Amino acid sequence: MNGLLAVADLSGDPRRRAHDRRMQRLLGSSAFITIIISALILFVLARGSIDFLKSIGWDLGVLRDSSKAPGWFPRRERFDLITIVMGSVLMGSIAMLVAVPLGLGTAVYLSEFAPTRVRKILKPIVEVLAGIPSVIVGYFALKFIAPNIVDPIFSPDQSRNMVVAGLAIGVLVIPIMASISEDALRAVPSSLREASYGIGARKSTTTIRIVLPAAVSGIVAAFIIATSRAIGETMVAAMAGGRDGSGPRVLDPLEPGLTMTAAMTNAAGGTDQVNSGAPFQVLFFVGLLLFMMTMGLNVIGDRFVQRVRQQY
Amino acid sequence: MPIVTDSQRSATRTQVHQAITQQNRHLPSIVLSVTLLVAVTFTLLTLFSLLARIVTQAIPAFSERGASFLSGTIGSEPGKVGIWPGLFGSFAIGIGVLLIAVPLGIGAAIYLEEYAEQNRLNRFVVVNIRNLAGVPAVIYGVLGLIIFVGWLKPVTNGGTVVAAALTLAILVLPVVIITSMEAIRAVPMGLRDAGYGVGASRWEVTRDHVVPYAMPGILTGTVLALARALGEAAPLIMIGAITGLLPETSLSGKFTAIPMLIYSWSGRPDSSGGNIGWSNAAAGAGLVLLALVLVFNVIGIFLRNHFEAKRVGT
Repeated sequence: MNGLLAVADLSGDPRRRAHDRRMQRLLGSSAFITIIISALILFVLARGSIDFLKSIGWDLGVLRDSSKAPGWFPRRERFDLITIVMGSVLMGSIAMLVAVPLGLGTAVYLSEFAPTRVRKILKPIVEVLAGIPSVIVGYFALKFIAPNIVDPIFSPDQSRNMVVAGLAIGVLVIPIMASISEDALRAVPSSLREASYGIGARKSTTTIRIVLPAAVSGIVAAFIIATSRAIGETMVAAMAGGRDGSGPRVLDPLEPGLTMTAAMTNAAGGTDQVNSGAPFQVLFFVGLLLFMMTMGLNVIGDRFVQRVRQQY
Repeated sequence: MPIVTDSQRSATRTQVHQAITQQNRHLPSIVLSVTLLVAVTFTLLTLFSLLARIVTQAIPAFSERGASFLSGTIGSEPGKVGIWPGLFGSFAIGIGVLLIAVPLGIGAAIYLEEYAEQNRLNRFVVVNIRNLAGVPAVIYGVLGLIIFVGWLKPVTNGGTVVAAALTLAILVLPVVIITSMEAIRAVPMGLRDAGYGVGASRWEVTRDHVVPYAMPGILTGTVLALARALGEAAPLIMIGAITGLLPETSLSGKFTAIPMLIYSWSGRPDSSGGNIGWSNAAAGAGLVLLALVLVFNVIGIFLRNHFEAKRVGT
């Protein structure tokens, strides 16, 4: 046609375009599977929770055991929610008492003080710690933290208790705390540090008064996400926490206790194994509660992470 | 008479000299450095005492049993157990994760980074993936129990290693997607522009340029996901892994995995008879698990270096 190009000539071979569209649909469907997974999680948890509520006759009073010795004994149809929520909160708090100073300290050291050579060695070591499976940390809790640290210092009645489990969960979340706060600290522009040095501030002053405040939203994010992990941790709590449903109402962390996660494993395959009725279905109800708690924490934590990204 | 005496001048000079050369120790600085060093030391100490405890406890299991600790089956005597059923289960789970989570995850990451428009739906997909990554493992166990053990029983035959592999593939899918997305996002725009400039379609640019360039990051994510799947035990408890007796391993029968063995064995009391107690057997299994995880990490680093060398064009 007069040797000129028409628009249609530029759009390429129709077969190649069709292939491109097919690939787009294929790849797109794998992305949307994640939506289906979320929907299925919610559906399964909600359906099981409704079954549970039906089988206790929608009597929410059951969830607050008012007997003399309240506790979580699903087989005796005693579902004292406070016991397991307190168990999770107590062990989670002990974990954060360990993880915040150690994780944040490591992050500040790595980002502000460590010479490049030291950093190159130290950072992979922290990453190795992050990769250690939680059952192995559970083993470490039972065979090292309990006999060598907690027993000699506190001499508890039972060597499986909430302090042991809490400390071990703390070990497990140190790397999460460290890596998210380190990212936040390194995102602080060096011009801020240079300005501080320029007016004669020391390194310690710069770190405490300039870098840490500038990175505070990232550090808060690290704290929130680490808390969510600590509450969702199952294996260590089940192995070292004592799995005792009569625990936390007394609020003594040296007593054995039961977390929400450990209560779920008990219902499905552990000591409380029954496959139908309220004692089994309660695991969905606890699961839904746990899901909402961790999801809430993660969403808030993510907001803080986004804020760091926007700032600098 | 001079305004500043010589003695005053030399006093000032020492003061300035000390301040500049930091001989004049500032207490808050010392406190901060000591605190940080203590934190780092404690973190390292924890890691090393954990590794030391596992290794020292595992030595009897290996020195007395040798290869039979790897090839034997599980049972009720710590001196005679082996971890073969666990190895089989963990191996099958690893294969399942590679076959399901990796292609799905990379596909999703390519779609979200290369094809998806910035609209509300796609933003929701990304936020949802981030949230899935934070869902506790035990909840994926509930999902696996209902869907793969219950609904899909005709396919999985109930609480089998197939159900376990599917459950753990779903669990690590968000990790694969997020790390692959980061790797793909780091590919320079110029690479794509050059491809489009010579008339390549979007898929051709993705397949021939974007994905190969992003491969090191994608592989690292894959390896991390595999390591995570191999170490996870909570979902396996939920879908009913076995810890007692397991005479034969198969894809369609009852199963166990290495983390389940560690979980179960470390809870059993050490009796005084015999040289190998349950804690030795558990540590032996733990050492094997740690070694597997470490090997995957080394493979990941090796592959990353290999691809990075190729990228420079040597």
